Amino acid sequence: MINPDSVGRTFAGADSVTVSQSEIDAFCAVISESNTTVAPPTFSIRISLSQYESILTQPEIGVDWTRLVHGDQKFEIFRPVVAGDVFKCSATIESLRVAAGNEIVSVRSDLHNGSELVVSSWSTLVVRA
Amino acid sequence: MIQVGTVLEEHIFYLDRAMLKAYADASGDQNPIHQNEEFAVSVGLPNVIAHGMFTMALVGKYVSDWAGGAAAVKEFSARFVKPVIVPADQKVDLTVSATVSEIDGNRILLTLSASSAGIKVLGMAKAVVIK
Repeated sequence: MINPDSVGRTFAGADSVTVSQSEIDAFCAVISESNTTVAPPTFSIRISLSQYESILTQPEIGVDWTRLVHGDQKFEIFRPVVAGDVFKCSATIESLRVAAGNEIVSVRSDLHNGSELVVSSWSTLVVRA
Repeated sequence: MIQVGTVLEEHIFYLDRAMLKAYADASGDQNPIHQNEEFAVSVGLPNVIAHGMFTMALVGKYVSDWAGGAAAVKEFSARFVKPVIVPADQKVDLTVSATVSEIDGNRILLTLSASSAGIKVLGMAKAVVIK
């Protein structure tokens, strides 16, 4: 079970995740995007999902990553991600509910470059019973 | 002339297992349900399925192309209602279309539709672009 005391809390993630041009190039290649000067709109999920995994699977929160299904996703992109961005990451657990034995957790990821908020995203993650 | 109700031209992407492997590497999501048929079936899935986020990335490409580039996409959201099923040695379709729902100055809200094999795979899919 996910610890209900974690709801409403913001957890710090990595202090510096540096975006490389080769990561953007690889992501663009899969979707046949020829303009690699900025990252595609969903690129930041690469950072957010790995941050969620390291934060949410901590024993004090208790998400079982092996039973996870992605329910929905939203991005608010204040400016495009570019190579050389150095992100400080955080995850906020906004809500937790149980439906048919599945735990449904809504979590927000904020990616800051210095004091600039570049992308906020929201994910609903379902931990299957 | 873009106005509320304008329907965008449909686009069909084709997905195969090699693309799922490439997306897994590009995104860092190596969940075996997207690559290993035996594993996918063992957890109750009909076959290997595409990452929901890969589907969303392709729809994001469709939106970017219409808006004049990825930098024009300001908001993007979707619900993963059904999986895109990707059998071995086959290419499956992801058919995408959109309608202009709101115009507020240079901000345009698109309501998006995405299906595969005739089944709707994204729900509540929307994007806000600057154009």
